[in-house]
Amino acid sequence: MTHAAPSPAMAHPTSMGIDNRKMAFWAFIGSECLLFGSLISTYLVYKGKSVVGPYPHDILNIPLTSGSTFDLLMSSLMMVLALAAVQRGNMKWGKIWLFSTALLGLVFLGAQVMEFTEFVHKGLTISTNLFGCTFFVLTGTHGAHVAVGVLWLLTLWVRALQGKLGSANATTVEITGLYWHFVDVVWIVIFTVVYLIQ
Amino acid sequence: MVAQDAHAHAGPQGFIRKYVFSLDHKVIGLQYFFLALAAVFVGMFLSLLMRIHLIWPTAVLPLVGAIKPETYLSLLTMHGTIMVFFVLTTAPQGGFGNYFLPIQIGAADMAFPVLNMLSFWVTFLAFLVLLGAFFVQGGAPLHGWTGYPPLSALQSAGTGQGLGADLWVVSIALFCVGALMSALNFITTTLDMRAKGMSMMRMPLTCWAWFITAILGLLAFGVLFSAGILLLLDRNAGTSFFVPLVVVNGQVAAHKGGSPLLWQHLFWFFGHPEVYILILPAMGIVSEVLPTFARKPLFGYTVIVYSGVLIGFMGWGVWSHHMFAVGLGPIADSAFAATTMLIAIPTGVKIFNWIATLWGGDIRGTTALFFAVGFIAMFIIGGLSGVSHASPPADLQQTDTYYVVAHFHYVLFGGSVLGLFAGIYYWWPKMTGRLLNEPLGKWHFWLQLVGMNLAFFPMHLIGLLGMPRRVYTYAPELGVGALNLVSTIGAFLIAVSILVFLFNVWRSARHGQIAPNDPWGGATLEWSIPSPPPAYNFSVIPTVTSRMPRWQTEHHQPMQDPPAGPPAPIHVPGGSRWPLVAACGLPVMALSVLTHTLWVVFLGAAILLFAIYRWAFEPLEG
Repeated sequence: MTHAAPSPAMAHPTSMGIDNRKMAFWAFIGSECLLFGSLISTYLVYKGKSVVGPYPHDILNIPLTSGSTFDLLMSSLMMVLALAAVQRGNMKWGKIWLFSTALLGLVFLGAQVMEFTEFVHKGLTISTNLFGCTFFVLTGTHGAHVAVGVLWLLTLWVRALQGKLGSANATTVEITGLYWHFVDVVWIVIFTVVYLIQ
Repeated sequence: MVAQDAHAHAGPQGFIRKYVFSLDHKVIGLQYFFLALAAVFVGMFLSLLMRIHLIWPTAVLPLVGAIKPETYLSLLTMHGTIMVFFVLTTAPQGGFGNYFLPIQIGAADMAFPVLNMLSFWVTFLAFLVLLGAFFVQGGAPLHGWTGYPPLSALQSAGTGQGLGADLWVVSIALFCVGALMSALNFITTTLDMRAKGMSMMRMPLTCWAWFITAILGLLAFGVLFSAGILLLLDRNAGTSFFVPLVVVNGQVAAHKGGSPLLWQHLFWFFGHPEVYILILPAMGIVSEVLPTFARKPLFGYTVIVYSGVLIGFMGWGVWSHHMFAVGLGPIADSAFAATTMLIAIPTGVKIFNWIATLWGGDIRGTTALFFAVGFIAMFIIGGLSGVSHASPPADLQQTDTYYVVAHFHYVLFGGSVLGLFAGIYYWWPKMTGRLLNEPLGKWHFWLQLVGMNLAFFPMHLIGLLGMPRRVYTYAPELGVGALNLVSTIGAFLIAVSILVFLFNVWRSARHGQIAPNDPWGGATLEWSIPSPPPAYNFSVIPTVTSRMPRWQTEHHQPMQDPPAGPPAPIHVPGGSRWPLVAACGLPVMALSVLTHTLWVVFLGAAILLFAIYRWAFEPLEG
C-alpha cells in the first residue's frame, strides 16, 4: 500500500498520527474479511456436496474468468497510478487513471453478468444445487462490492472533472484505493478457491 | 452556565434539533439509552407473560388473551432477541460508551459524529422492524433468539415462521450494520482521539472495555450479517444453505442437501464473542466504580487490561461449546472443553483483582458500589455454572434444560444488568446534573438482588430435574411446580424493583439534589467538567499525566480542572437529517426480499445513495 504524506485536509493531529478515516477504513476491511471469510468457508464446506448437476467443472468458463481476473488486477494498477497522480497534483492524469480504474471495474462486472447469464441458460440457478447456492452468493457478494467501488470511483472522477478533487483530497483517493485493492485481493482468493482448485 | 454560553456556541436548540438530529455524542448516547429503556420494558413484559403462563396455564390475560403453545414460543423468541441485542448490546456500549468514551479520553466528540448518528438510526429502525413482527400475519417467530434452522429456514414450519420470521432476520441484519458502524467509530475514537498524555495504558478500564468490545463487534457482526443473508435467501430465494431433508406436515420440504449445522457454527462464531460484548462493558464499569468508592487505586490495572484483551482474543476459540450436543466427535469436544476452561482464568483473575481493590479500602457504601459488589457475587455464580457446561459429559445433561437458562441469566442479569445499574447510579449525576436518592437506590438494589435469585436460582434445580427450556408446560409429576412458582414470584419482584428505580428517576427529575461536578471524588476526567457536561465537553482539552489524573499519588499532584468557560468560542457542529434518511434506505432495500420485487431494492439504494451524497458533499448546517 502507498504511504502518503499527511494530507493537509487533516484538521488536527491524531493520537496515532493516522488520518481517522484511514484508521476506520482499515478496521472496516477487518470486518469485511470476516464477512467474506464466512461465505468462502460456506463454499468450501459444501464443495462437492451437490446431489444434482450442473457441477463446477461442467460449467465454469476458466478462460473467460482468467481474462476478467487479469482485467481486475490491471484495474488495481490503474488505481495505484491514479493515487500517485493525485498526490503529485497532476489532475489531468489523475482523471484519466480514475476513469480507467472504473472502466476496468465495469468490464469485470460485464464479464460477470455474461457468466451468470450463461450459467442460467445451462441450467444452474441459485436454487439448483449447493454449488449454485454457494457460487452465486459468494461471487454475487463480490460483484456487489465491485459495483459499489465503480460507483465510488466514478463519483471521484466527476468531482475531479468539476475541479473539486485535488491533491488536498489525496487521502480520499487513497482510501478508495484501499477498498479497491481489498476487493481485488478477495477476488484472487475466490478465483483460486472456486475456479482453479479442482 | 450563562457565562459559558456567552463564550461558546451553545449547540443546537429546540427539541427536534437537539434531541433528534443532533450529532453530539452525549445526545446520541442518550438516544441509545432511551432505545434500550423502551426495549427493556417490552422484553420484561414478555418475560412476565411467560412466568404467568407457567404458573396459571389457563389464565386469560388482558391485551394478549390466553397464551397458546405457539404464542409462548414467540414470547421467548422476542424476549431473548430484544434483551440480547436491543438492551444489553445497546445500553452499555451505545449508551454509556457514546456518552463517556470521548469524555474519559479527553476528546470533544467521537471521531465520526455523522456516522455515529447513522448507526443509532439504523439500530432504531432495526428495533421497529423487530416489533413489526408482532403485528404481521402469523405473528412473531417461534425459533428462539438463536434462530436455529430448519425451523427458522422454512416458511411452512409454523405460524410466525412466515412474515414474522422474515422481519426477525431483517431486523438482525440491520442491527449488524448499525453495530458495525458504531464499532468503527469506537475503535477510531479510542486509537486516534485521545488527549495529550492519555496513553493507552492510562485509559480508564471502561474505555478499554468499550475498545475491546468494539473490536469483537467489528468482527463478529460481519459473520452474523452474512449468516443472516444466507438465512434470508433460504427462506425466500429457494437456496438450501441450512435446509436438510426435512418433513413438514407430512410433506418433504424443498432442499438440496444443506445442513443446519452450518448455521450453528456461523451463529455461535458470532454468538460467543457476543457474550463478551455483553459482559465486558459491565466489567469495565465495575473496575471504575470499585476504586472510586474504596478510595484506592484499582489493584493490578495492567493485569485487568491484559485479562480483558485475553478474554477478547480467546472468546473466538470456544464457540463450539454451545454445540456439544451435536456430536462433533471426541477431539473437537475435548479441544473446545479445554479452551472454555482456559477462558475462565482471565475472568477469575479479574474477580480477584476486584476483591483486592476493596480489601483495606476506605469503603463508602453507595448504591453504585452495592451494584458493583452484587455484580461480582452474582457473576461468580454464573461463572461457576458456566464452567460446569465446559465439560461435555456434564453439558449433555444440561443442554436445552432450565439449567442453561439459569446460567445465562446469572451472567447476563446478575452480570451485565447489575453492572449497568452500577453505571447508572455512578454516572446519573454527571449525565443529568441531579443526584438519585440513595435510600431508594438501596431498596432497588435489595429487591432486585433478592428477586433475581428467587427467579433464576430455582431454574438450576428445575433444569437438573429435567424440565426442558422453551417448552410452554410441564407435567405435574415432575415435581417442579413449587420451584416454578418461586421463580415467578422472583420475576415479579424484579419488576417491582424496576418500578422503585423509575420512581427514583422521577423523583430525581422533580426534587433531586443538584449534583456538583464531582459528587463521588472520582479519579477520571469526566468528573473535572460540569454536570451535565457542556456541548463542547472540555473548555480546554486537558493534558493527562497519570492514570488517575484527579487523584494525588506518590508521584504526581492532581490535575487542575479546566476553566469554567472556554478562552475562545468553540465550534459545536449542528444537526443533520441525512443520517436518518440514509438509515431509512436500508429497511426499504430489505423490504424487497419480503415483497419479491426488484425495483424496491433500487429505490432503497437510491435513498441511501442520495443521503450519503448529501452528507458527504455538503457542509453541515449550523
